Amino acid sequence: MSFKRKDLLGLASLSREEMTLILDAAEPFKEVSGREIKKVPALRGKTVINLFFEPSTRTRTSFELAAKRLSADVVNFSPSSSSVMKGETLLDTARNIEFMQADILVLRHSSAGAAEILARNSRLSVINAGDGWHEHPTQALSDLLTIQERKGQVRDLHVAIVGDVAHSRVARSNIHALTKMGANVRVVGPPTMIPLYLHRLGVTVHHDFDEAISGVDVVIMLRLQLERQGRSLFPSIREYARLYGLTLERVQRAAKDVLVMHPGPVNRGVEIAHDVVDGSAAVILEQVANGVAVRMGLMYLLSQQN
Amino acid sequence: MSQIKSRHESVIMDRHEMTRALTRITHEILERNKGCHDVGLVGIRTGGVYLAQRLKQLVSQIEQTDVVLGELDITLYRDDLALRKNQPVLKKTDIPFHISGLKIILVDDVLFTGRTIRAAMDGLMDLGRPAEIQLAVLVDRGHRQLPIRANYVGKNIPTAKDENIRVFLEELGEEDRVSKLIDPEMAA
Repeated sequence: MSFKRKDLLGLASLSREEMTLILDAAEPFKEVSGREIKKVPALRGKTVINLFFEPSTRTRTSFELAAKRLSADVVNFSPSSSSVMKGETLLDTARNIEFMQADILVLRHSSAGAAEILARNSRLSVINAGDGWHEHPTQALSDLLTIQERKGQVRDLHVAIVGDVAHSRVARSNIHALTKMGANVRVVGPPTMIPLYLHRLGVTVHHDFDEAISGVDVVIMLRLQLERQGRSLFPSIREYARLYGLTLERVQRAAKDVLVMHPGPVNRGVEIAHDVVDGSAAVILEQVANGVAVRMGLMYLLSQQN
Repeated sequence: MSQIKSRHESVIMDRHEMTRALTRITHEILERNKGCHDVGLVGIRTGGVYLAQRLKQLVSQIEQTDVVLGELDITLYRDDLALRKNQPVLKKTDIPFHISGLKIILVDDVLFTGRTIRAAMDGLMDLGRPAEIQLAVLVDRGHRQLPIRANYVGKNIPTAKDENIRVFLEELGEEDRVSKLIDPEMAA
């Protein structure tokens, strides 16, 4: 089977086989990033445009490094320095990029579905690098690769996703990825941060972290979006940290070789304690390293679609 | 020696001929490089990897020394990546030693247009600066499209351009042999 898609918009519409293809394609690129000369000519002559309407350091850098290590030419657009400020619509921006003969467009946007609209209306290969609260597929694929490497397989693992699930595209993509790969997913957070009907995605919902963490193989902590503080989702950061922060005591309630994951950026001492971030169970930096490999594998596959 | 194995396959080298050819190549490698202390074997995926493993084994039998061995995947260096209809499967390059300063012997099963070897040399150069690159192939079937020549050849097999030469290996679950495959439609 080969990868047949023009775009990667989300994992909800991807099959398990397609996700496996991307992960398999990522594997050889880990070796490339470990070389002294971190470059292969696979995307020579192709142009990758990073169009980020929201601030991002990690994801944008990761995409940029991935494209450059494949020998593609990379252009970064940010709205503050582009004609978006002058009132151009998203679609017009994309059309202009398309007619400059670019090949791959990496889009981050605050509106859910932005990537899909561009994908439908242009020849460009569009990669969704986060759209609103909807999806962030490459992050979830990096997490899958990390889990698969550490645990051998994802099937039948118990995974907890903890925090502000309602406002997290990482959580949504991870739920799709993990349930399709056969993991048992439990979602943990205060009721204000868990969307209604979430169980329809095939997960169980918990509000008591101490109880929910017992025996899990993987804990994925979500970033507490401090900018949302004040919208009465929780009374205080201190209370949130006490009820839903990952402490060493809580890590000890999980399975012995539990993996602690976080998509970054980390709020130390809020959703996750210092000694857990720096502890032996944390694989947060591996997620980052795998992120580059996954994005290289994905761009390689997309560039093969002529 | 050529024998008809089936209607669609005629065998050009059998198991014994393959072993003899590989043994001779091993002796030639040792002679040319005065032993193997500064030599590294690099097999090109997939067939070349198994042949390189066999050469390594033969070296240790003949010389009682160990020679380093690596595996090279050239997919990312192909010049026809954009032209191919089906995606080639990406595999890992695994060369667990520094190639700089070594005499690297590239090993492949069939030498044909030379494009694979061009890609392999580019791939190697990205990993370091070998003192020398030499090329060992089991079969040279001619029809080069690039100025590339093998240093060690198991057997020269003159072919027509549209003929199909295949090396079957035990490691891949086949009986060791080199065959000319005849397209049943063309034979009919």
